[in-house]
Amino acid sequence: MTSPTTTAPPTPRAPAPGSASRRPTKKHQYPLGLRLKRSWRLYVLLLPPFVYGILFMWAPLYGLQMAFKDFSVALGISGSPWAGLKYLDQFVNSFQFGTVIKNSLILNFYELLALFPLPIVLALLLNVVRNMKFKRTVQLITYAPYFISTVVVVGIIIMLFSPSGGIVNQVIVGMGGQPTDFLSSDFFRHTYVWSGAWQTLGYSAIIYLAALAGIDPQLHEAAKVDGASIVRRIWHIDLPGILPVMVTLLILNMGSMLSVGFEKVLLMQTPLNLDVSEVIDTYSYNVAFASSIPQYSYAAAIGLFKSVIAVIMLVMANWLARRVAKTSLF
Amino acid sequence: MLRARRMKYTGGDAAFMISTYVLLAVFTLSVLYPLVFVLSASVSSADALTRGDVWLWPVGINVDAYTEVFGSPRLVRGFLNSVLYTVLGSAIGTFLTLLAGYVLSRDDLPFRRSLMFFFLIPFLFSAGIIPTYMIVNALGLMNSIWAVVLPGVLNVFNMIITMTFYRLNIPKEMLEAAQVDGATDFRFFFRMAIPLSKPIIAVNVLFYAITQWNGWFNALLYLSDDTLFPLQLVLREILTQSQVDPSMIGGDVSELIRRKELFDKLKYALIVVAMIPPMIAYPFVQKHFTKGALIGSLK
Repeated sequence: MTSPTTTAPPTPRAPAPGSASRRPTKKHQYPLGLRLKRSWRLYVLLLPPFVYGILFMWAPLYGLQMAFKDFSVALGISGSPWAGLKYLDQFVNSFQFGTVIKNSLILNFYELLALFPLPIVLALLLNVVRNMKFKRTVQLITYAPYFISTVVVVGIIIMLFSPSGGIVNQVIVGMGGQPTDFLSSDFFRHTYVWSGAWQTLGYSAIIYLAALAGIDPQLHEAAKVDGASIVRRIWHIDLPGILPVMVTLLILNMGSMLSVGFEKVLLMQTPLNLDVSEVIDTYSYNVAFASSIPQYSYAAAIGLFKSVIAVIMLVMANWLARRVAKTSLF
Repeated sequence: MLRARRMKYTGGDAAFMISTYVLLAVFTLSVLYPLVFVLSASVSSADALTRGDVWLWPVGINVDAYTEVFGSPRLVRGFLNSVLYTVLGSAIGTFLTLLAGYVLSRDDLPFRRSLMFFFLIPFLFSAGIIPTYMIVNALGLMNSIWAVVLPGVLNVFNMIITMTFYRLNIPKEMLEAAQVDGATDFRFFFRMAIPLSKPIIAVNVLFYAITQWNGWFNALLYLSDDTLFPLQLVLREILTQSQVDPSMIGGDVSELIRRKELFDKLKYALIVVAMIPPMIAYPFVQKHFTKGALIGSLK
């Protein structure tokens, strides 16, 4: 892993531009050789996670080259002949490309628009509640669905919203409406996003509640003395106070945007809603595992396409956040 | 006068507080309702359920759906498999996370930054399902319990939380004092750091246990032998497949078809059974998860 003979000793980290305090670089007072000799036990401790990282995190990255090869099971990843950009090309020019990209973007932007502000609202409301018993009950109940598995959540949706005898449709019919298939193309996105809200809102609010708890109470006291209403105090004290957390979470959301919900989408996918439910991940999965002729290289190329876009979005969001809100992840 | 003083809020504030309480109560009830309904449906009589008489509380209570569930060898085996995967997954995951988290928290570790990137890069840029599948295949893990347990068992986000925990909770002076006394890094880690890690061990064990218990996708990809299937995968077949075949439950098929009405109810009972372990763990989890989320947010 790290050999002292081939690698130069790390130079002391330069202080970040603009950082106020210059740290003394005392920690590298010993030569690297001696430091390595002294820390061999630390490397031994790190060995199991390191080996794990090689096998299950880096080996797949190495295997990603199959996206540029005509992969055959018999020849293996390194033995298969190179195919250049053939499969990326095939994906970009396939008739599915437009649909799959559109579905991924719509589903994820819809989810972001609906599920990003709501936990903030929930946390702000919970934060003004003074009745501790009420507050604790709300939290206890609204966190709970987060721990239920995706399979069970989708199972609950299917059972409760079933057009034949689900309780929701019984109510709709009882009120004189038509039975509705909530997994059909027309409703798939709404069902997906709002069941997600049901499952994760309470849990997502935790981090904002923590940030709110860190706001100096004197600010609120001073504002109260000046006669500020609760709404004004939320707007001028609480919201600015949690802005850095909001930005950080938004950046993280942007990075994982195209991957979120893959398992749930796959579970909710039926032949009848494919036109809106086929996203990049499910397409890649279906091409490799659900078709009669598995096209592994093609599927890997689709996955690679997605990962590249995800990283670009992460970097862009980070750059934007640094410029606009002066907060960034890296 | 006394009354006026007791009233904390005036005008707009009072209205805002009332709507806050109402909104929160409505939201809480809407989260709770589906859970209560599923529970009620699973213990109501099958025909009350079919007639649509059940909307909140159980009607005509009986537990025959549960007898059926626990009498199905397929479901019981799934349950036991899930327990095994959960125990293995949380033990291995926690072990790896503590080791990596502790070592990377040490400022004096040579190449600390490079090693950090070693874990961060694959976390931010994932290879995707297909290459991972090929590697699991190449490692010869297909159709074994390790294919379910190992991929994804080390969560880099957890590792960072654990690292932050050690940074904040194990003062440098303690390490220096131990080193003066001649303790090696092994000794310090196992004798001092680990005993001080109870909260972060709890966070990790609970996190990995919940992930394993709720997981189904690895099993779907890597397992073909259905005696190895975890409960969630069995549930997926029963709950989400549009064509429902009562024989999937196993047992006497003809008798099950005769009691077709029972089948919907059975699905409710299944949902309840799959929810029980996380819900039992939940009160403990909630406390520690909140702590974990807080430690993580300090990063």
